[in-house]
Order: sequence, then structure tokens, then C-alpha cells
Amino acid sequence: MNSSVPSLSMRNICKSFGVVQANSNVDLTLYSGDILGLLGENGAGKTTLMNILFGAYSADDGHIEINGKPVTIHNSANAIVHGIGMVHQHFHLVHRHSVLENLLVGLPGINGMLDKQGALKRLDEINNNFHLYLDPHAIVDDLTIGEQQRLEIIKVLFRGARILILDEPTAALTPQEAEGLFDALRAMVAKGLSIIFISHKLYEVRSITNKIMVMRHGKVTATLDNTPDVSERKIAELMCGHELTPPEKPAHLAKQSLLNISNVFTNETGRVCLDNISLNVRGGEIIGIAGVSGNGQRELADVIAGVLTPSSGTLEIDGHEILEFSPKQMQAYGIGRVPEDRMTTGLLTTLPLSDSMALPRISDKAFSRFGVLNRKAIRKFVEEQIEKFKIKAHDADVRTGTLSGGNLQKALLARELAWDPLVMLAAQPTRGLDIGAAQFVHNIFLELRSRDRGVIVISEDLEELFNLSDRIAVMYEGKITAILPIAEATVQKVGMLMAGQEAGQ
Amino acid sequence: MIRLRLERRESTPTWFSFALPLAAIITTLVLCSGLVVMAGANVWEAYTTLFMSALSSRFNLVETMVKASPLIFTGLAVAVAFRAKFWNIGAEGQLLAGAMAAAFIGGLSILPSWSMVPLMIISAAIAGGLWAIVPAILKTRYKVDDVVTSLLLNFIIYYAMTAILDGPWRDPISGYPDSPDILMDAEFPVLLRATRLHLGVLLSVMAAPIVWWVIRQTTLGFAIRAVGENPKASAYGGINITKVIIITALISGALAGLAGAGEVGGIHFQIMAGISPGYGYSGIVIAMLARLNPLGVIPAAIFFAIIVTGAEGMSRATGVPVFLADVIQGTSLLTMLAALLFTTHRIRIKQAHHG
Repeated sequence: MNSSVPSLSMRNICKSFGVVQANSNVDLTLYSGDILGLLGENGAGKTTLMNILFGAYSADDGHIEINGKPVTIHNSANAIVHGIGMVHQHFHLVHRHSVLENLLVGLPGINGMLDKQGALKRLDEINNNFHLYLDPHAIVDDLTIGEQQRLEIIKVLFRGARILILDEPTAALTPQEAEGLFDALRAMVAKGLSIIFISHKLYEVRSITNKIMVMRHGKVTATLDNTPDVSERKIAELMCGHELTPPEKPAHLAKQSLLNISNVFTNETGRVCLDNISLNVRGGEIIGIAGVSGNGQRELADVIAGVLTPSSGTLEIDGHEILEFSPKQMQAYGIGRVPEDRMTTGLLTTLPLSDSMALPRISDKAFSRFGVLNRKAIRKFVEEQIEKFKIKAHDADVRTGTLSGGNLQKALLARELAWDPLVMLAAQPTRGLDIGAAQFVHNIFLELRSRDRGVIVISEDLEELFNLSDRIAVMYEGKITAILPIAEATVQKVGMLMAGQEAGQ
Repeated sequence: MIRLRLERRESTPTWFSFALPLAAIITTLVLCSGLVVMAGANVWEAYTTLFMSALSSRFNLVETMVKASPLIFTGLAVAVAFRAKFWNIGAEGQLLAGAMAAAFIGGLSILPSWSMVPLMIISAAIAGGLWAIVPAILKTRYKVDDVVTSLLLNFIIYYAMTAILDGPWRDPISGYPDSPDILMDAEFPVLLRATRLHLGVLLSVMAAPIVWWVIRQTTLGFAIRAVGENPKASAYGGINITKVIIITALISGALAGLAGAGEVGGIHFQIMAGISPGYGYSGIVIAMLARLNPLGVIPAAIFFAIIVTGAEGMSRATGVPVFLADVIQGTSLLTMLAALLFTTHRIRIKQAHHG
């Protein structure tokens, strides 16, 4: 292929939603063999741009050329015809079907019959070309998350995609699985394909791409070649539009034990069972919990939040043994909780912000007397928090769900911090937040640490864990397989433990 | 080219509480005018007689309020339950439970006369509440769908009631499948001489602000709203969901039961198979028209009562069948459901430019 003609060229793309200009005059050029890292905070316009390319939206203005020929893309089927394939962050697979059947979904077949032989042959070709192997007869439910993603990629290649869009492809992968994915991507571009790689994780973008495009407020702020002299700090500043000071983590000595979990087992059906969990959280330290999602982190968080009762084992908070597991009890003992899914287990999205922020303490004397609400006090509390945490909300009455992710997270933090928790339990505290908001959240944890409170951070973002934690505990299949002081932890070691292997081989 | 587009709104303006039901009602009347034309009547004349015959005289006004009373109770019952997303479709059955309890107490000659009316009211509330916690327990304990159970329980109690009326409870004097009349002392006091404006009407009008206050100003009301919006977040926030749903069911059923007490103590003085022409089901539409706001239930119920009482007069004057009232009721549910979209969205008119 002639490399002087871009395989994809998007020119002057404009798209607005009401008054919001989601894309304005966006240019994107992709040559065969490119891996382009597309970076930007939430709402920067990355998703809109990709949706335009994939035919989900039509642009208000601008045009798209593929291999030098102008094209109009009406829908996703049309995009595939033009060789554009998208691998979404959330997989779209038929779980009880085999790999092969998933590949055949939606294909015309021959005379009404599924073309299984042809499909097997194509699958073989893809494996030979890109080293993407899967057993065609394996059932999707039995595949690991990494394998399911491989199937999504194979699906796109199977339909003849020459341009792949990957949206946050490593979000659910172990570092080792991510490395495997990167090898496959390199094999693809070596064969002349091109890839657009959307990610929040700067270090990944640095390691896999050859070009970087940064978007902010719907505009392209920079298009750079990924060379060693471009610093991650520089890219981060381009993304958020101002200078960043990395959070300072001063040396701080951990104090007495605040939360002591010993030999906890759970046996609730339908959930991962905790298997002899022991963990001690001291005042003035941040414990990071690493692990591929679904290895018991959620269950551990639920035990600490009082939602899940252990079948055996004990939990002590500040020397008091917990006898009755309920969220009320845990709040009373001083557990603050920032849940993983803000919308489903944290807030009341269709009710006013004031209701969401008063929820866990509604029976507290500050907010109600003899079962009658003190609306004035609630309102004053919420307005104070809006002011203090600079939550972007018109007033206390706005519908909770209309706030952005970062502001919802601030509201949740504010609600928990107001009661000065002894131990703050935070799951995926910066997922979906932009850099500025994430930094804000990290600073709060560090501030709690400096005030000798305990913090537990459950995260799939290793960079976050390494930046914050004093100790990192790794969970695998319901067990804590290791607790490493930060000085002894390396990404390599933690990655091995996350995959269930012994570290230090 | 002009394009219409839906956009999310941040909050709902207060005046929407009045504007949306009004818009829904007007749309309903416009839609139903086609049927009036088909019946060979003048639309304007039909609708004016519909409203005028329900409101024109003191007698008709009182009759409209008397009709509205059970509708207010069942509307409140549904509004409370739906706030907690406890889908109580069983207000009809709970009304019958309350009516049976009131008729039973009202027929006991051993009770002191002064205690009869209060005891009828209390027992009707308890009976309605108990009938309503059956689906609540099935829902919380066994995760059985509350729509199905609460609806089917209506038929169980209805046929059980008609069976008893056909057998042991049959009026020995008339021989009809009706219960014997309640005692004189059990009849609800009348508030306005020579009318049927009974105590139950007053109770229903008083119940609405009380329910409103409970929902809005108490921790119980907060819990009801929180559980309805997001049970998971409520549980994590320390609310006992099972308890809240059971209490909600008790309140909801009790309110529906009071509707039954009013019909027995104030209107019919006995039980018969047709004691409720579907008040429990109309309550669902009324609660929706009121956007589940207990205060809004009163005007919504009065509107329904106007339609029902006015339909007779309209039919006599213009020849439009009384069934138009049922069509209006059903249609208003649909138009209101459509109107509810505007509480969360707005329509933006946009001049599309060439792209």
C-alpha cells in the first residue's frame, strides 16, 4: 500500500449537541502501520469522534476519506464495509455460544446455512497472521476476560477490518494480559493495519503507540510523534489544560490498628467466596488492594461495609469486635465508604442531590428528630459541602444524576468525610474521572492519612495503587495472596500475583 | 428543515406539577372528541354538559365529592406504594377487604354504639393493610413479582366475598346475595343535611395532606422515596429495605381499606358484589395523573368523579353513551404517561443546517 495516502483521514469534523460543541474542526490522519493513541479527559470529544467514524452519529460538518476516497458512513454495518472495526470497552458477546458461533452472528451464510468451514479457515488465517489463538469450540462463558477481548478483536478482523478502534482495551486486563494484547497489536500493524487506541492510562499509550493525539473541549490540542523526549507529564498537562503538580506523599509513620480483619470466610452463593482473609489497617496508612476484578474485592468491600456477613472470622474496628453486620453498624463504628458504582450503590440518581447526600445519616440527630426531617439542616449541610468541595451543582435540589462523574464522586466523598470516618473504604475511586478530579480525590486520601486515619483503596489501576499505597495487598480467587510494603512491590511482582502465580520466580 | 430533538433536563420546574396533568387532560378530551362525533353529538355541547351536570347544583357538587372520596383513598394508596416502587395493583382487593371488615363490625350488636364508627374505620384499615402485606412479603422474602401477586389477590378476595355473600352472609330478609344492613349506630355521620356527604369524604380529604407530610417530611417518607429510587444504595446507606416495603404496603393497604369503610358506612350500609366499580384500578390512573404527589391526588380524583357523575347527564342530554367516561379514564392514563417524559426531558426545536 502506498504509504503516502493515509488509510484514514478525517477533516474538519464538527458536531454539536445543543449548545455543547462536542467536536470542533477535528482533524485526524492515520497511515497504514500507525497506532494512534487518542487521549483526552472525559467529555473531551474522543467518543463522539469515534462514534462519527463508526457511523453512530453523523457529523454536522467535515468529511472522511478512506485510502484517499471520500466516504459517507451511515451506520456500523456501513463502517465495517469500509474496513472500520470497533472493539468496545464493554464486550458484546453471546455468552452461552461458542467462539465460532459468536463469529458467525449476523453473517449471511451460504444458502441459509452457516458457513462453518469457511469460518474455521478464516480463524486459522487470523491466528497465523496475528498470533491470536482461541479454541473455536470453547464456550464464551468459560473464557477469561482477556480471551473474551481477544474474541472481540478476532470478530472485528474476521469481518475484514483494516482500521481498528480500541476503546480502553486494557481496563479489565492484568499487566501480563495487556502485554499479550500489545504483541497482537504490533503484529497487526506490521501487516499494514492501523489502530486507534483510546486510553486513560498514559504509560500504556507511551509504550504501544507511535503517534499521540490529545483532545480537550472538543478540539485537538496536540498531535505528536511518540518519541522519548515527550514526557508523560507534558501529555497530562495537554489533556487537562493546566500544569500538574504530582501529589506529594510525605513519609508518615503508621499508628495503632484501626481495622483488624482476621480469618474471614464467606459462603454466599452466587458470589466469590472470601477465603481466610486477614488484613490489618492502621491509622495513618493507605492500603492498596490490587487484583483483576472478580477476585473477591467486591465481597471484601461488602463485608467491611456491613452488607455481607462473614460465615466465620472476626472484624474489629478500633478495638471493638463487630457482632452484627449492617451498614448502619459499620457507619456508627466509623467506616466511610466510597463505592465502586456510584450510581447503583451510592446515590439516588433521580432524587435531589440533598437526598443523596443525606441518605446514610438520615436518622442522625443532625438531620431528623423523632422521625421528622430537619429539611433546613439538611439543606444547609449540602450547601456547605457544595461550597467546600466546589461541587458543580446549581443548588441542593438538582437531580443527582445530572452531575458529572467527578462531581458525583466529590459529593460522595463529602458525604462520608463530613462524619470524619476512622477508616475510609474506597473502591475504584477515580474510575471515569479526569486527571484533575482524580488528583483531588488522591489528595483527600493523603490528607486522611496525614490525620492518622486508615484508608483502603481497591483499584484496578496499578499506577494509582503504586502512587498512593503504603502497602499493597493482592487478591486472587478470594484470597489475599500477598501483602507487600510499597518499597518491595513492583508492577511485575504484583502482576504475577494478580494472575495467580507465585511472585519472585 | 426543522428538527425536533429531546434533551435531558437538570430539574423539573414546579409549575409542571399543574401544567402536565392539565395538558394530559386536554389532550385526552381532544382525542376522545372523535368518539363524541361518531356518536352523532356536538363535541362542545357534550363536554359542557359532561362538566356542568357534575358541577351545576349543590346536590351534584356533593355527589361528585362523594364519588371522589373512595378515589382519593385508592389514589393515595397507589401513590404511596408506587413511591417505594412497590407495584401495588391490588388497591381494589384491599378496598374489598376493608369494606368487608367494616360491614362485619357494623353488624355486631354487642358493641357500644359510640365505638362502632371508629372501630369500623380502624378494622377496615387493618384489613386492607394485612391484605396488602401478602404481596409485600412474597416480594421481599421470595422475590415474587408484586404486580402479578397484588393483581391476582384482587380476584381471590372478590370471588371469596361473592361466595360468602351467596352463602353464610346472604341477607336473610331480602334474600339477595348482599350482606345484611349495618346497624343504625354504625352509619357514618352525615356532614351536610339531606345529602350523602359522609364522614369518609372528610377523612379522605384530610388523609391527602397527612400522607403528603409523611412522604416529604419524615424519615419514613425519606426511606420510602430512597428505596423506590435505588434499593441498593438505600441498603448500603443503612435502610432496612424489607421493613420499608412492608410498612409501605401496610400504609397503602390501609388507605385502600378506608375507601371500603367509607362505601359501607356512608353509602351502601351493606356489602354487595358491585360495591366497587373498579375504584382500586382507577386509583392507579389517579396516582399517575397526580405524579404520585398525595396533594395532587385530590384534584385528580375529583376530575375522575366529575367524568363519572357527569357522564350520566351528558348521555341523557346528547345521547353519547356513558362509556365515554371509561374511555376518558383510560386515555388519560396514556396521555399522562406520555406527558411524564417532559419531567426529565425537553424538546428543542432546531433549524438544521446542511451537513
